[in-house]
Amino acid sequence: MTNATLTQTPEARTDNTGYNFAYLDEQTKRMIRRCLLKAVAVPGYQVPFGGREMPLPYGWGTGGMQVTATVIGRDDVLKVIDQGADDTTNAVSIRRFFARTAGIATTESTREASVIQTRHRIPETPLSEGQILVYQVPIPDPLRFIEPRETETRKMHALQEYGVMHVKLYEDIARFGHIATTYAYPVKVNGHYVMDPSPIPKFDNPKMHGSPALQLFGAGREKRVYAIPPFTRVESLDFEDHPFEIQGWDQTCEFCGSDHSFLDEVVINDEGGRIFICSDTDYCNQRLDTGARQEAV
Amino acid sequence: MYVAVKGGEKAIDNAHNWLDETRRGDPSLPELTVAQIREQLGLAVDRVMTEGSLYDPELAALALKQASGDAIEAIFLLRAYRTTLPRFLSSLPVETDRMAIRRRISAAYKDLPGGQVLGPTYDYTHRLLDFTLLAENERASTPPSEDAVEDCPRVLDFLNQEGLIERAFMKVGQGQPGGSAEPETPADLTREPLDYPADRDLRLQALARGDEGFLLALAYSTQRGYGRNHPFAGEIRQGDVAVEIAPEELGFAVVIGDIEVTECDMINQFIGTASEAPRFTRGYGLAFGNSERKALAMALVDRALRARELGEDIMSPAQDEEFVLAHCDNLDSSGFVSHLKLPHYVDFQSELVLLRRLRKEFEERQEAKHA
Repeated sequence: MTNATLTQTPEARTDNTGYNFAYLDEQTKRMIRRCLLKAVAVPGYQVPFGGREMPLPYGWGTGGMQVTATVIGRDDVLKVIDQGADDTTNAVSIRRFFARTAGIATTESTREASVIQTRHRIPETPLSEGQILVYQVPIPDPLRFIEPRETETRKMHALQEYGVMHVKLYEDIARFGHIATTYAYPVKVNGHYVMDPSPIPKFDNPKMHGSPALQLFGAGREKRVYAIPPFTRVESLDFEDHPFEIQGWDQTCEFCGSDHSFLDEVVINDEGGRIFICSDTDYCNQRLDTGARQEAV
Repeated sequence: MYVAVKGGEKAIDNAHNWLDETRRGDPSLPELTVAQIREQLGLAVDRVMTEGSLYDPELAALALKQASGDAIEAIFLLRAYRTTLPRFLSSLPVETDRMAIRRRISAAYKDLPGGQVLGPTYDYTHRLLDFTLLAENERASTPPSEDAVEDCPRVLDFLNQEGLIERAFMKVGQGQPGGSAEPETPADLTREPLDYPADRDLRLQALARGDEGFLLALAYSTQRGYGRNHPFAGEIRQGDVAVEIAPEELGFAVVIGDIEVTECDMINQFIGTASEAPRFTRGYGLAFGNSERKALAMALVDRALRARELGEDIMSPAQDEEFVLAHCDNLDSSGFVSHLKLPHYVDFQSELVLLRRLRKEFEERQEAKHA
């Protein structure tokens, strides 16, 4: 378990990479900033933007990377997580990309970071004012799996024609007794737009509501950005008799003993033995550092 | 067996090193040069340039070398490079009428001014493996007779003279029913997000960059009845065209170089109304280098996508603009399909939690029933 450290990579200054600071040229950044401003002004609305080709594949975080490249400055400290962890391969790859093309400081600590790019999780440590959380988004439109046509869904959003979404959730209840959406659970932002929170577990949905941090969403392949400004109302869709609920575990984290964080299941031997560990590695480390249970396996 | 949970950083480094070694292959064999790829794998280079939307045979060859010959990976490398390039200005439209022709055929006329020029084609080769190439015995090739082909009149212009076919593009304001107006500045989907409904300039750009295999399958589907449009290969020409720019401060156009292109004019089923004489319609394909399969497929799909503008019923995938344009780019598709390789622990865990709960409830119900 490493402590969160500020790491500067002096050998990877932008000056000798041949690319602009944070890869994108300034004209492109300006275009994206304008789109982000619109996104902040109309919370939850998907703003089309002139997405660029990035040197990483579509579907691997190109939208989030373009947003990060656009908002990041030389004094920023960047944290990148995938599945809540800093050391998953794609998180490592994206963090290195910015260390190399922007020469900025990176960290694994949620508290020290000014910009956090994430895939599939919101950190367990509450975010604070001034922080920016950048989500990587695969399919930005929550209605896409109900209506595949962009021309239709745009109208539906404009008219707040969201009945189909409730029907979908209701059908889950009729079939399974529960709403069977466990991640990418749709939310209503600021009382208007229904928004895809990206494939975070619904466990994380409540963290979006009223968050003091600015939340920005980038979908590179689909060329859309959207945003939740700080302190915005974010409600997960539900029914009076089937209120929204988050998942829980009977187990606790094998490392830190946490009984309230999102747990990953790890198969540890050929007999199918399992342990459960915090998906947020930084949170787990923090708890261990402050003397939480430490009977590591 | 213990399962490692950590170590992403080191794993990536090791993978990259191993990749370099694998790409190089047996080090006792001489390394492939970029020039060899450019000269001897020309059709692969042309495909990478076309779908990479960058005319640079040298860099396309380099990309192929770096990508171990994988076309889509090479296209990706080229695109990611292209996107960082500054744009000085737009060229004038290339005049394919004035192409220095290497190949030019028409399936619509037996003979025509300019003639049928077969050029260097695989078309009539017998697909028998040539084992002399295995032995690396260069055969002395007879150089082709260098009868320069004069500027060839365009096949579709013969039809134009009689008004038998719609005009290709017209200047704004000269609209003619069934034809498309030429936009002042063509759209560019690499700068602006794709918006539906898309005009033909945007569609053609998307198709030009689109995956050859995907377009080929769509084109084929139109021939098998899914959006049939009765095509004739009016003209296929391949050769060099000059690229001209007209900088404002100069006031006239200057040639900045030649590029090789393949162009396909498709003649398609005719339309007519009570007030208008029937005439053929067109489909158009253009690709860098010698990319005939791509140009043909593009022309067929272009025509299919004109269904809306020509008042045809949209019944088939190839006619469906959102379906075709949203899925024809192979970097979009390969990226998103391959992202399934990325970790999805969290989403999967969420599903597991729900599934276990549903199964538990199911068992409880079963027990209650039997009790």
